[in-house]
Amino acid sequence: MKWKTDDSGWSPYLAGALVGLMAIASVLVTTELLGKTTFIGASTTFVRAAGLLERTIFADHVVANEYYTTTKVFVDWQFMLVVGIVLGALISSIMDKSFRLESVPPTWKERFGPSIGKRAVWAFAGGVVAMVGARLADGCPSGHGLSGSMQLSVSSLVALAMFFGVGALVAHIVYGRRAS
Amino acid sequence: MNIDQWLGLVTGVLFGFLLQKGRILRFDKQIGAMLLTDMTLIKFMFSAILVGMVGILLLSDFEIIKLSHKPMNVGAVLLGGALFGGGWAIMGFCPGTSQGALGEGRWHAVFPITGMVAGAALYAELYPFFKSTVLAWKDFGTIGLPEAIGVSQWIIVSLFWVGTLSLFYWFEKKKL
Repeated sequence: MKWKTDDSGWSPYLAGALVGLMAIASVLVTTELLGKTTFIGASTTFVRAAGLLERTIFADHVVANEYYTTTKVFVDWQFMLVVGIVLGALISSIMDKSFRLESVPPTWKERFGPSIGKRAVWAFAGGVVAMVGARLADGCPSGHGLSGSMQLSVSSLVALAMFFGVGALVAHIVYGRRAS
Repeated sequence: MNIDQWLGLVTGVLFGFLLQKGRILRFDKQIGAMLLTDMTLIKFMFSAILVGMVGILLLSDFEIIKLSHKPMNVGAVLLGGALFGGGWAIMGFCPGTSQGALGEGRWHAVFPITGMVAGAALYAELYPFFKSTVLAWKDFGTIGLPEAIGVSQWIIVSLFWVGTLSLFYWFEKKKL
């Protein structure tokens, strides 16, 4: 087993194990400093972002909406965590020179061609469906997949199996056939 | 910014850094895991779970932290999980990795991100409907696997370790 990948990344076992240590440190630090054990997640932030954007145009509507009221639309710990992910990935990719401006993912291009418009429409639609699902299931691969599995939550283990099971099925249908 | 926000930002930078170093932010890595041709994402995720699980369950045993299970609402988890899986396969990113992909220059991640913000707004509108239908079917509440099946958590953790390490061994043998 190698500690470095061919493109100077780290072994996924190493980077993953470090995320595990980070998750432990994070629950400990949030409990001590914020007085409330806080687990890593990402999808709730999309609700808050949607609420913040919507509020600039339809303020009354956001106030009246039950889901926004229970979620509480404000920039919290997790919101800044999601912002931090962008920065962390930027720093890492600049440091090891893996930063690339890319307009269409290579695998997608191979299968569906170089059109940015086509990719944009499908990625947007996929995003809508996935987020409705994540909110219904109450988590994504971070909240359920990492944080929930670490706690052996029944809901998270089931959700993770559904994510991968259905993901694998749809991926085989969509990308499975070789590009002609 | 208050302490909550600063702490979130620092944790996020570290998280994003490790996600990028693990090379799992790419569309191709996410789809590769779903096509079962490149298991980098699975190796990363399950290494994190193996390590995190031991520490978090120990901290909870010593009552230093409190676990926070998400509710096992059957319809919500099954239908929501399926919708997420389908959408994930099409966009090729999950909510956290889409942000990281943006950070490493894959600017096309703005399309799934915009879609996900729109999806969140749509869910806020659909919430009353889901609340009276899917969410009202059957809720087992916030339960952990040890209570649910009546087996000690450390037995489950040991089995999880053995199973996952065997899987890793197999991945390496098959060069996945």
